[in-house]
Amino acid sequence: MIGEAAVRAGCRFYAGYPITPQNELTEYMANAMAPLEDGTFVQAESELAAINMVIGASMAGARAMTSSSSPGISLKQEGISYLAAQELPAVIINTMRGGPGLGNIAPSQGDYFQATRGGGHGDYRTIVLAPASGQELANLTMTAFDYADNYRTPVMILGDGMMGQMMEPVTFPDPVDLQKLSPKPWKLDGADGRPSRVILSLLLDTAKEEEHNWKLARKYETIAREIARADTYMTQDAHLVVIAYGTAARIAKGAIKRVREIGLKVGLFRPVTLWPFPQRAILELSRFVKDFLVFEMSTGQMLEDVKLSLEGRSRVHFYGRPGGIISTPDEIAKVINSLYHRQRLELEEE
Amino acid sequence: MAKKVFERPKYLKKSVFHYCPGCGHSIIHRLVAELLDELDIGKKAICVPPAGCAVLAYNYLDVDMGEAPHGRGAAVATGLKRTLPDKIVFTYQGDGDIAAIGTAETIHAANRGENITVIFVNNGVYGMTGGQMAPTTLEGQNSTTTPGGRDPARDGSPLDLSQMLAIAKGSVYIERTAVNSPKNIRRTKRAIKKAFKVQMAGLGFSLVEVLSPCPTNWKMTPVDAAKWVEEHVTKIFPLKVIKDKAGKVT
Ligand code: SF4
Repeated sequence: MIGEAAVRAGCRFYAGYPITPQNELTEYMANAMAPLEDGTFVQAESELAAINMVIGASMAGARAMTSSSSPGISLKQEGISYLAAQELPAVIINTMRGGPGLGNIAPSQGDYFQATRGGGHGDYRTIVLAPASGQELANLTMTAFDYADNYRTPVMILGDGMMGQMMEPVTFPDPVDLQKLSPKPWKLDGADGRPSRVILSLLLDTAKEEEHNWKLARKYETIAREIARADTYMTQDAHLVVIAYGTAARIAKGAIKRVREIGLKVGLFRPVTLWPFPQRAILELSRFVKDFLVFEMSTGQMLEDVKLSLEGRSRVHFYGRPGGIISTPDEIAKVINSLYHRQRLELEEE
Repeated sequence: MAKKVFERPKYLKKSVFHYCPGCGHSIIHRLVAELLDELDIGKKAICVPPAGCAVLAYNYLDVDMGEAPHGRGAAVATGLKRTLPDKIVFTYQGDGDIAAIGTAETIHAANRGENITVIFVNNGVYGMTGGQMAPTTLEGQNSTTTPGGRDPARDGSPLDLSQMLAIAKGSVYIERTAVNSPKNIRRTKRAIKKAFKVQMAGLGFSLVEVLSPCPTNWKMTPVDAAKWVEEHVTKIFPLKVIKDKAGKVT
């Protein structure tokens, strides 16, 4: 699904390294690039090599992508830091699995911190998109390439193994016309009739490095203003709102449908961009909602962003299942139920 | 015909080298710049400089430059060259960069037969970080991390990366030269010229390993350092064509 969307988005360079649970994507890209005259697929010798090949392809102006799963993404962080520093566009897919360490190959959301806090060394951010359905996965893959080019920054799609297995009908957006994409006046293609260009990240002069850091910070501010996005479901009249992303949000939605059937006024807030985090929209909700339940397939990472966003205005509860455990909607419905009744009881007492 | 003997090559920027006196980098930069002009490839050249003393190569070589993380030159060059097969892509790397932290990237680029050129400057030491042991440091040679000299039992022996790369099927042309004498400098220029020509002909992976003095970290005068190359380094890393599958390239 990502593969087809990436090709339609104009991705012409893919480098990757085998790791479960995302080998289907690598294999898809091998077959998709082969017939394209301007397409390149390289099975790299390591995750490090793969991300660095992407750096090279991006310098040359190509729409480039790599993908991996948690342990492999750790290795790619070096390159992601350089992409951010050198202001190079690229798309990185992380199909998260249980961790830390080798962990397991089951769906997990344990890489939230790594993805949204920069991940590699240095003062930078990565745009992080979290699709929750097949259709959204396809759409956001296209969006990821546009964001990467527009803002000249690496973009990560954060998913998990569940997403790859979803059998949903998807309408793919039309392929982009590569000729119509904005030119990249910074790319390296030989200084023929123009001054030579340098793409670097070494700034030994501290004043220059500071200037570069602030320049990046201003760019991140612009990004935060322009693309922070969330999806809501039945929040208008909700007394309790569940906050979850990706697969966890799908499970939560199932739970909310069940509790709505028995009359509980519960809604779902689903961040689509994890960085920038849709803070303002959550803060907005806190005007009417007293209790939030954060549900993650981890021991609580996005939880911190929710608390920061709410500035202490509402109560934040947490339910998490790390290690690759996939909760059922019934399990979440139970958690919602008990929180909801506690809240109602309190109100009656008041 | 009158011939100008010393002229700034077209592809050398007008900045003064920061390299120490007697350092081989300045000479090798100059040779590369001359060849970019002589082969008329400067306009389509993209250089991938390393981390190390030559990290500032972009201040000197007047071509497009894309800086790679330490050791990843061959991978970055792979991405560039695969995207722009008509351009001339070359990396410029030191021994620590290529033969320690970047060994995997280099071996696999050679094995895939990437049509890139590698200038591998071997001075047997980590220059920029202050003289630590490199994979190519000679046995017994002093460095800041080998008290009493490199001890094979403790520190391992010098690694001959070029020889290893020659085993890879995809490598086409590999030669080891030096820049410690006018004669060797001329030989180095010929070798780099051939390496570029191999790429221009689309034949595959080419590499020139250049033995280069680092008087500063060897704690020698430039003259003594040049002599050390001749008397010690070439004994372990002999100057020769290590592999040539290309034959005569025009
Ligand atoms: S430290 Fe050595 S390699 Fe570095 S510039 Fe000085 S002489 Fe050259």
